[in-house]
Amino acid sequence: MRLKRKMHTLTDCPRGCSATVVKLHAKGPLKQRLVSFGIMKGARVEVIGFAPIKSTVEIKIGRMRLALRKEEAQMIEIDHDA
Amino acid sequence: MMRETAPVCPVTENHIRIALVGQPNVGKSMLINAISNARLHVGNFSGVTVEKSEVFFDYNDFHFTIVDLPGTYAFTDYSIEERVTHDFLTNEDYDLIINVVDSTNLDKNLQLTAELMTMNKKMVLALNMSDEAEREGIEIDAPYLSQLLNIPAVKVSAAAHTGIEKLIETVIDTYNQPMREPKLVFSEAVEEEIGIIERYLDEHHFKAAISNRNIAINLLQNEKKTYRTLHDLPLWTELQPQLIEADKHIETHHDTDDIKEVFAEEYAAFIRGVIAGTVHYREQASEKKSLTERVDDLLIHPVLGIPIFLFLMWGLFQLTFEIGNIPMEWIDSFFGWFGDVVGATISNEDIRSLVVDGVIAGVGAVVLFTPNIIILFIGIALLESTGYMSRVAFLLDGIFHKFGLHGQSFIPLVTGFGCSIPAYMSARILKNDSDRLLTLFIIGFMSCGARLPVYVLFTGAFFAPGIAGNVLFAIYIAGAVIGLIAAKVLKMTAFRGEDEPFVMEMPKYRMPSLKLVWHTVLTKTVMYLKKAGTFIAGASMLVWFLSNYPHSDSVALEYAPKIEAAAEQTEMEKLSAEAAAKQLEQSYLGRIGKTIEPLFEPIGLDWKLAVALQAGLAAKEVVVSTLGVLYSVSDEASETDSSLVGAIREHIPFASAVSFIVVIMLYLPCLAASVVFTREAGGIKYFFYLLLFTSATAYLLALIAYRLTLLITGASAVLPH
Repeated sequence: MRLKRKMHTLTDCPRGCSATVVKLHAKGPLKQRLVSFGIMKGARVEVIGFAPIKSTVEIKIGRMRLALRKEEAQMIEIDHDA
Repeated sequence: MMRETAPVCPVTENHIRIALVGQPNVGKSMLINAISNARLHVGNFSGVTVEKSEVFFDYNDFHFTIVDLPGTYAFTDYSIEERVTHDFLTNEDYDLIINVVDSTNLDKNLQLTAELMTMNKKMVLALNMSDEAEREGIEIDAPYLSQLLNIPAVKVSAAAHTGIEKLIETVIDTYNQPMREPKLVFSEAVEEEIGIIERYLDEHHFKAAISNRNIAINLLQNEKKTYRTLHDLPLWTELQPQLIEADKHIETHHDTDDIKEVFAEEYAAFIRGVIAGTVHYREQASEKKSLTERVDDLLIHPVLGIPIFLFLMWGLFQLTFEIGNIPMEWIDSFFGWFGDVVGATISNEDIRSLVVDGVIAGVGAVVLFTPNIIILFIGIALLESTGYMSRVAFLLDGIFHKFGLHGQSFIPLVTGFGCSIPAYMSARILKNDSDRLLTLFIIGFMSCGARLPVYVLFTGAFFAPGIAGNVLFAIYIAGAVIGLIAAKVLKMTAFRGEDEPFVMEMPKYRMPSLKLVWHTVLTKTVMYLKKAGTFIAGASMLVWFLSNYPHSDSVALEYAPKIEAAAEQTEMEKLSAEAAAKQLEQSYLGRIGKTIEPLFEPIGLDWKLAVALQAGLAAKEVVVSTLGVLYSVSDEASETDSSLVGAIREHIPFASAVSFIVVIMLYLPCLAASVVFTREAGGIKYFFYLLLFTSATAYLLALIAYRLTLLITGASAVLPH
């Protein structure tokens, strides 16, 4: 996916950063999966930590903790919170 | 199972059928335990991979049937659980839904509630873990929540046994009263379109069991069942273009092309509003880390996480084999005794042999592993119910993903070192079909406990005692590595396609409920034993028949006088064993072996080893005893039997032994495991794929191992003699 301006995704977030979801670039079942977990436009997420070799990221959304693979995290476009 | 012994619920007007629905990790099973208390009776539905459990109990004058549906986040039909739950809710007959929600995580849980509200069923909301929520400073105004949603909401705690009675009373009240339509409010844009469709239906005097507003909502979010119902009606031709137009409007409004996402956003917005009005978060004393966060700092530490996990697994396996081996001897001697007792009551020689040597010995061999399996199940149930399993998947997904597997594949694979049967069953934790299938295909490469006797026998025969242990370990590791490589190969060929996403909730750590763990373990163990009683008994009879018939009178006539004439006890035993070997050679099993020998020649195996492998298809335990008979040592051959070790060293060339071990390591698991595999994979065709895949891998690698060993040792290719 080529975008004019550099897109920020969840993987650009370091440990401890919080952000707002802008858009989901996922399709089909994965998108529905993310949405059913509450990851949708306007949702606020926080990066808790990473697994070894940064393959997986743990985030907090609402009061729930969620693990995502790097590939999935890259599909979640975000806006860094100030 | 055990449904026939279930307390029979008379079908009366006081019979309430309840569907228990909730997201995963909301304490549904614990609530069902608390509701029905000691009167718990669980029966599994047959024919589905993921079980729904049914519980029956009485309260006042009411008979209750509660169907515990698998946990589901939403109705996206993403996993087997979601499909089972969705199918049940839309197609089955029930009176009422109890929607269990986690009070500490209401905003996420109500997302499913919103979807349930469109199902047009009576519903009661059980606000579970209310005690935990209070401790965390979350105050929920349950009466106001009921009023906003128009659904009765009751605060309960399954763990502390509070509010249970009130919940049951509320269910009875709701059952007795007419249906109240839940209040779902959407954004202006969506409400406008709902209004248009609703008005259209009203104008055409459309009447159904559910309100026209509800129908309009279901049509807009593409709910299949409503679509199907209206599709055959004359007004459809006019309605359809309106629907398409309406969906287009809504999608533009939400800046997306996915109606499901639109409704998820709508529900989320509605829930935010409800939460804002009904839930109050008391300021926590400080920004202190929760217990879960502190435990996670250690358990999913980027460096320490994996070593800690490996240590815990090592501990579990030590327990499985150390403690599990103690009662094994008792079980073994029990079946020996039982066989003798039963045998004494049967006068017919053939029938006695069938019952004692066939059925009792065969079933006994399987029951023997029950203690190991119970311990392994307890360990896995603990891992699962504490919430640690998700952490393991999180830690290992990076490595496993490289081999085309999923982080959660680890649990079934590790279980496979104990026994393939529970391993196949535990693969259910994988939500996605193709991940689950891929994992099921390679579980057999993790050498199960039943293969150990064969390894011990052969390493003992060819290696010095000092290094035999290391060789044994190397065999296990080799199996696991080949398994991972096989996964990669399968992923690149048969299971090619998109990588399955890894999106998984990390639940809070919780103390496991002992009652629940025990109940899970009991159910699974009974299931395992039931298999031993039915399937294995049948398979044992077949093997017994093939190896005992046809009975050669000429062999018997030839040996009978010799045995009688034998002067010494040892001489006599040797002759009887020889006679048994001759009988086996001309039995159906022996004839099959002779017929297939040419196939096994290239990998250095003769008919005897080929027959031992065939016998191993029934159960790997049989391989050693078959070799014992074939090499005419004695009927009671065991892996420690030094004469069998000697015979193997004498008769089998080293290269053939290597080849044999490779085949044992990789070929089809036992018949019982194959049946479980077929059931879990979901069709007989998968069994044939597995047969083909494992046989081809085993044969190819055995050929390579055989040739390599010949090359290295400089020996010439001779068959065993």
